[in-house]
This record gives sequence, structure tokens and C-alpha cells, in this order.
Amino acid sequence: MNNFQYSRAGDVADAIRLLAADPGAKLIAGGTNLIDLMKENVERPSRLIDISRLPLRDIEETADGGLRIGALVPNSDLAYHPLINQRYPLLASAILAGASAQLRNMASVGGNLMQRTRCPYFYDTATPCNKRRPGTGCSALDGLNRNHAILGTSKSCIATNPSDMSVALAALGALVHIAGPMGARSVALTDFHRLPDDKPNLDTILGRSEIITAIELPPHSFPRNYSYLKIRDRLSYAFALVSVAAAIELEGNAISEARLALGGVAHKPWRSMEAEAALRGQAATPDHFGHAADLLLQGATPRAHNGFKIALARRAVVRALIQAASATPQSQAHKKIA
Amino acid sequence: MNAYVGTPTSRIDGRAKVTGAAKYAGEFSADGLVHGFVVEATIPRGRIVRLDATEALKVAGVLEVLTHAHRPPLADKDEAWKDEVAPEGLPFRPLYDDMIKFNGQPIALVVAEEWETAKFAATLVRIDYEQDGFATDLEAERGRASEMDKPHKPRGDAKAALAAAALRHEADYLVPTEHHNPMELYATTTVWEGGGKLTVYDKTQGVQNVQKFLCAVFDKKPEEIRVLSPYVGGAFGSGLRPQYQVVLATLAALALKRSVRVVLTRQQMYGLGYRPMTIEHVALGARPDGTLDAISHEAIAVTSRYEDFSRNDTGWAEQLYKSSNSHFSHKLVDLDVSTPCDMRAPGAASGVCALECAMDELAVALKLDPIELRLKCYSDRDQSEGLPYTSKQLRQCYARGGEAFGWARRNPAPRSMREGKELVGWGMATGVWEALQMPVAVRIVLTANGHAEVSCAASDIGTGTYTIVAQVAADALGLPIENISVRLADSTLPQAPVEGGSWMAASSAHAVLGAAEEIRRELVHLAKAIPGSPLADLDAAAVTLVDGMIAGNGKSGAAVSIPDAMRHSKLERIEKEKLNQFAEDKSHARNTHSAVFAEVKIDEELGVIRVTRVVSAVAAGRILNTKTGRSQIMGGVVWGIGMALHEETVMDHRFGRIMNANIAEYHIPVNADIRDIDVIFVDEPDDRINRLGIKGLGEIGIVGVPAAIANAVYHATGKRIRRFPITLDKLLD
Repeated sequence: MNNFQYSRAGDVADAIRLLAADPGAKLIAGGTNLIDLMKENVERPSRLIDISRLPLRDIEETADGGLRIGALVPNSDLAYHPLINQRYPLLASAILAGASAQLRNMASVGGNLMQRTRCPYFYDTATPCNKRRPGTGCSALDGLNRNHAILGTSKSCIATNPSDMSVALAALGALVHIAGPMGARSVALTDFHRLPDDKPNLDTILGRSEIITAIELPPHSFPRNYSYLKIRDRLSYAFALVSVAAAIELEGNAISEARLALGGVAHKPWRSMEAEAALRGQAATPDHFGHAADLLLQGATPRAHNGFKIALARRAVVRALIQAASATPQSQAHKKIA
Repeated sequence: MNAYVGTPTSRIDGRAKVTGAAKYAGEFSADGLVHGFVVEATIPRGRIVRLDATEALKVAGVLEVLTHAHRPPLADKDEAWKDEVAPEGLPFRPLYDDMIKFNGQPIALVVAEEWETAKFAATLVRIDYEQDGFATDLEAERGRASEMDKPHKPRGDAKAALAAAALRHEADYLVPTEHHNPMELYATTTVWEGGGKLTVYDKTQGVQNVQKFLCAVFDKKPEEIRVLSPYVGGAFGSGLRPQYQVVLATLAALALKRSVRVVLTRQQMYGLGYRPMTIEHVALGARPDGTLDAISHEAIAVTSRYEDFSRNDTGWAEQLYKSSNSHFSHKLVDLDVSTPCDMRAPGAASGVCALECAMDELAVALKLDPIELRLKCYSDRDQSEGLPYTSKQLRQCYARGGEAFGWARRNPAPRSMREGKELVGWGMATGVWEALQMPVAVRIVLTANGHAEVSCAASDIGTGTYTIVAQVAADALGLPIENISVRLADSTLPQAPVEGGSWMAASSAHAVLGAAEEIRRELVHLAKAIPGSPLADLDAAAVTLVDGMIAGNGKSGAAVSIPDAMRHSKLERIEKEKLNQFAEDKSHARNTHSAVFAEVKIDEELGVIRVTRVVSAVAAGRILNTKTGRSQIMGGVVWGIGMALHEETVMDHRFGRIMNANIAEYHIPVNADIRDIDVIFVDEPDDRINRLGIKGLGEIGIVGVPAAIANAVYHATGKRIRRFPITLDKLLD
């Protein structure tokens, strides 16, 4: 761990000013990922700007019937919030599929979006990694890559985004509200995280002096037919090999609206408009689900050890859609897969 | 006589542990305590050509940076570095010279007023290496394997018998490198007492081993170094040998003439010992009725370039299965890694795993029930020496374990049992370990108020030694357990070996009996000396200590209280120390056994594995404490589940570096992975092995568990996974 300065931001504008004034500064809220990375000397911020006391902890209804979630709402509070449970159970389920109770209590919503990959080479400063030190090369490409990306990869990086929450947010069409020196803006969550291309050091589109202020959920909430299915190497407290956020609306047995997102397979939550469009108007049958899975996984490219993810993801998509269609979402408390 | 032995007695140190009163090695403090942080090598083999600590030394609060080129003297002779359990070879010496022998090797110690300062300054130490060619991949280097001493003499001609066998099963099973990951981090607090004297609080399984080692390494007299390890937060074999942090903390204390604490990080602990990756090649030849004609078991394991670590992986079939021909071999491949070390049931956990998977495969080939095959081959003798057992109730383990599990309801066909989307698999395996016993000395100080202090240098590594020592002492002295206090793990206390190998329960219990007998004789002598003593006419052998009294056996009612007897002679305390040596008896084999049954439920499409039930039926002589004993077996089962499904230290052989050196990525079971575990202790009276009939439980709990699960996975899916751990990707088509 390096030596660093500590500042506490008085308000959002103050946080932005502090960020702009110190190119090596980082924001800290729950610190559940940043502190780990600092202990490993992967992150070496010159200054930590403590935003944990900023008034960004509200969950409020928006004029159009959606929800606006402050960036500092703890993951646990969000997962157990009555409005989330009633209206966006897919999001609650995804959050509870991740980490441990202790981590969820500390971790903020904004921080969850900013968590970094678990690629072992990113964590080990003795090995080359383009994400940690641009231009040094990607050790995973021809190294240990069992849990690396199969979609949207580049020659520079095959890391995955480890968040569960983001996968549900991607499926739900969430917006990310951002404040910065040039004012406020908002982007779709699916545009917030980047693909690695030739700049894998950049996980997101967030500018250096910008701060996430809120996540906004649109009114479309899929309260009945949804499932978050996470497949991992042990039954709890492990990152996803593959995870699926599935949400549909049914008219009879016909799908009127469908959302699908994959976690654990790419540098960002993976959605395909084509796959979702293919489901709309179709009967909710395993065949149609399989076709959608194939579209979602189009272009998947395995490396030496992660080829299993393609078949696993296809099966997990079909299963999650069956769970969603039958209104028997995957329980995160009971480890048997429904 | 047995108010406590054999009963479910709560840990006498439990309250101290759960309230935080129990202090561990890294929690002791001293005036002026300073902190060391280890700088590790980042290459697997080569030489340090430059080590520049200039920037680190500029940091406020940094006191010293010790390196091979800048440190107090360390012993030159190899013998000085050999501790009591060192394998053949030249032990590793931290900060000794510029040579790099493994990735993660300690190459500098930054000492600072605060731990955080030392940790930060450690990042500023600049090192240039000259890297040499290296090899870390066992499978790639398999061809270099060299034969160690044969674990057992071959019998007959296994090769010919295999070739002629009606049915043959032959396969490689791969057990990966695994790390112990005890909850407590490796830590040493070396207290500078002045006058060249040091008190060393160390996380170790053997304080006297560490004490002798430090005296040799630092050329100290025995009275100058005292080592204590009153509580150990798990070790599982990783603390049998002195670890490098105890050398570094002591080196720094000598350099600075101050008290120094060195605590390793979880990541740094992956630079210590580990269970070596081993390729287990098993070949079985059988007749159609299940009679075994040949058993061949060859292990090829990792070791370091500087020491030959090997354990008994092969040859367990000699204890378990009758076969007229057998052949065993153990080979090592020396690689650019640190030396492996003992890890719970070393050798057996890996070797029996392979043997028991192979037996399951043979049972399938023979169309025999797996238990039926094992009973068909059941051996009442240890075939390697041709010896009968002091006791062997393995048949009862199969019977009682099978009954509790419901084995009779098993449909033998793979993929035949299912529940909804899940395939259900039932598998079983046998476990076996040794019942060892070692010389241990115990001192008992009995005071006239009827309290006794029992002391011994043995460690309690979480296994319950404090408690069983108190139980045995309470029974032997006829006192309530509340009147017994136990002191352990101080090198100045009576002699004990390292705590390992499952030998400490029997060894310490009989040492307590020996010292208690000395106390009894003294008390009888005192009681008879009282004028008009009701015991005056009784033979000493007819007098027992019971309920705080020195009492005649039988119904005579003749008795003198302990306080009366002692006060009459104006004695406030009686102190007796006795070294217990077990009589050598090579007429019988001594082993513990188990039968393990496992149920798995596996999502057919997704491969997700749940271990829903495990029954472990254990035959291990008399169980001293059924409460702590049950916990110990449950812990072994949990670890066995981890070995089957989760644990694997993963190395990138291009860098020779461990890539999952943390317990986020190195998986062990979490609560969600553990369901029903049923522990059955099979009655196994054994009046030959030792007076109390004790065999020890430390290792037997894990042995067989990985194979039972692997066999259950096969039964569920029809897929035989021979590379552990069994992760779900291996089950997908």
C-alpha cells in the first residue's frame, strides 16, 4: 500500500473540484474493492476523496414511475428496500447473488458499478497486464483464462466485469447519472461500461473528474417473470462463471417484452437487442429461448480454458428464461437450481 | 474412574477463545515493539544482483531493512537449519544469500515503528534479478521423476499378475497443489528481554522444535530462548516446521535489540509449505469374483530443488485389501518451488483418494457393489509386515455407516437416480490412517486445596489437547475437571514432540496417567502415614483417587481426603514429572479406519454440484471426547468436500507464480456448500494399543472423503473425473 492523502468531500461539487485538482485522486465510499486493490499495490491513489457522507442515499420515485437510487445507497439497503422487492425483484436477486452480507453492507451502488476485474494477472503486479499497466501485454490471453471473457474481447484484454448488480441493471435498462466539471449527464448502463478494445485500462466512460450521483430505473420493472441465475465454482461467495438476468412479460404464453443480460462473459454486462427482439411475439418455449441464447452468444470466442462458458451460458440462458416464464425465479437463499 | 474420559466434554479453553482472552502469537506485545514486513522475490529462480533499500530507509518510522547482505549472523552449517521434522536435503535459509529458489521467497525484512509504515516502505525496496531458467510444471517434468525409497517391499510379481488378470483397471489420478490456509496468519512476536535473552511467541505446532532450531540458527544457549505458542488458530501441518517468519522476527530483534513482530499476509502464506501436486497411478488386477491378484500404486509428486519431501501416498492398500501381488513406488520431481510440507493426512489424503476411486472403478467393471468388493478383499492383516491389527472394526464402519446412509436403497446403475432436474449420486470410500504414539512428559502439581496444574510443552492446534489432558487428569486424580488447570506450548515445560500425525491424544493422555500415578503413590504414602489411618492396612495398589479422596477399592469405605493427607505432612504441593515411553510392540499393526458415504445432487444441464449428505463412520479406538472428536471429524469431512470440489493452488508456469494466492480465488467450502454431516464412532475396544485404547482422530476425518464424493459424482453422472478438484466445467458435455 502506498502513502496517500485523505480529503472528505463536503458536497458533490467539492468532490468534483478535489478530483480535478489531483490527477492521482480516487473517490472512496464503501472501499470494499479499492482498499483490496491498494493492499495489493494495484491501485496507488495519491489521494482518497471520501464521499461516504454525501447526501446520495435516497431511493425515490421519479415522475415517470421509475426509481432514482442515490449512488451511496448500500447494496444491502437496496436489495431489501420494499420498492425494489416489489417492483424490481430481479435487481434485488442479483445483488443478493453477489459477495457476502458483510460486503453488501459496506458496498455502495456507485462503487459496485466501479468494481474492477478479478483477473489474477490484474491483481499480481509481478505479471504483465494491459489493464494495470498499459502496453505491458495481456498475460491471460495465453495464460490461465478459465474465468475470462468469451464476448467482446480484444487482443489487449480478455478480463470480465465481476458485478452481479450491473447485469440486472443492464437488463432493466437503467440509466447512470453523472456529475462533472461540465455539468450533469446521464448514460445508459449498457454504455457506461466499455469493451476493452485497445484501452483496457479504462473500465467505464466516466471522466476523470466525474462522479456517479444516481442510478435510475425506468418504470418497466418485470415484477413477475424474471430470474437471476448465477453459476459459480461453489454455492456462495464466488464470482460468476456465467450469470443471467432474464426478464419477460407474457400475454398468455406469448412473450410481449424480453430482456436478457449475461455476466461473467465480457468486459461489461452483455446484452443483445437482436436476441431480445427474437423473443418478442414468440411463445415462451425452450426452443425459442435457445434461439435467443444463440443470438446473444453470437461471436463468442473461447480461449484455451474458457470454452465451456459458451455451452454453459446457453444452457443458463434457457434455464433462466424457463424460470422467468414460469414465475419461479432462482432463489438466492436455496442453492438448488430451480 | 471415568467421569470425563469418553464423555462429550466442552472445551476448557472455549471461553477464553470466544471472549478474545486467548492470545495468539501475533497478539502479544512488549515495550517498544516494532514491526517487520517481508519483501518477497517475484521470480522463481535466479540471483539478486542489486537490492536497493535507500528509498525505504528514508521513510519516517523505518528503522532497518534487513537483507542477505545486511543482517546479524546466521548459522552456516546445514545441520543447524534442520529441525526435528526436516526432510532430506538442505533446508531453506531466509536472507541467507543472494540465491532465489522460489517465487515468494523472503528477500528482505523492512522494520518500522508501525506495521503500515513497514508495509509501505516494503514497496520502495528496489530489486534487480538475474533470472535463470526454471521449471514448475509437474506434468511437463514427469519424465524426470526419480525414485525414492520404496514405501513398502513389493510382494510377488505385480506386473505379471496385472498382465494376466481377468479384469484390470489402471488410471492416473491427479491431486493438485493445495494450501492449508489456517484462519490464523503466520506470526511471531519476539520479545527482547535484555541480556541476550529472547521470548518468542510463535505460531507453531511444536515450541521445543522451534526453540532448538532458533538456538542452532542463532548460536544461542538453550536458556537464552524461550518459545511459547499457547493458542494456535489452526495449522493442519503447516506449523510443524519452523516457518521463516520466526527466523526473521528473531533476526530483527537481535539486529535492533528490540522486540519485533512479524505477521505474514494471507498472500505471503502461499510462499510457505503446501500439499504437493501428485500424480497417483493406480493399477488393480482382479478375478471376476472380485478377488484381487495385483495392486500397483505409483505416486509422482512435486518437491523443491533443495529438499526431498515425500510422504506415504502409496501402500495403503497393504492395510486394506488382500492381494497376493503388490508393488508401490514413490517418485519425486524437483522443481523451482518451495518445499511441500505435511497437510492433514499427508500422503493418505491424496493416495487413498486415488486408491478408493480406483476401487470404485473396479467395482463398476466387476458389476459388484462397492462395499461388497471391499469386503471381498478385506484384509485382517497389514500385508506389508504380515501383522494382525491391535483392533480393526472397519467392517462395522461399512455396516453402520451404510445403514445410517441407506446404502441398501442404492440403484447401482449410473444416472439411475434423480430428483427433478438433478441427478443423484451415492458414493462411498474407505479411510485409513496410522495410530501413532510418541514419548511425552507431563508435570502435575497438586496443591493441598485439591487443585492440580498439568503442564506439558505440547501444542493445542485447535484439536482439543487442553481439554483431553484435563479430562484424563481429572479422572486419574479423582478431581472435578474444574479443579484442573492445563498449561501447554511453552518450551520450558516437559518434553513433547510437534503436535501432528494424530499422535498427541494418545501420547499426552498416557503421559498424564504416568505423572498422575506418581502423585497417587505419594498420596497413598502420605495417607497411610497418618496415625490410625483407615488405609494403613491396605496395599497401595488397592487404593484409588476418587471424588477428591484417597480411597480403598471396593466397599470398605476406607478413605482419607487429599487435603488431610497433605496437611498432615505439612505439604502444600506435590510435584511429579514423568516421561511416558510406550513399550515397543512390533507384533501388531496400529491403524484407524473409516467408511465414508456421500450423496451429491448435480444439475444435469448446468453441472452445479451439491453435496447434500455425508456419513462418516470412524473406528479409532476409544474416543476421549465425543464432542471435540465429532467436531474434528466434521472438520475433516468439510475439508474433504473442499478437496473433492474446490481446492487447487493454480500456478502460471510461464512465470512460476501462484495466481490464486488469496482466499477469494483459492476456494474452500463456504457454509452454503455444507449440508448434513453425520459422524458415527464405531465401538472399537483396544486393550493392546495402549492402556486407554486411544488411537487419535486428527487425520482420519479427511481420508476417503474426496473419493466418496468423486465416486458419487460418477454414480450421478456416469462421468469419471480423475483430475481434482471436480469443478462443474468437467461435467459439461
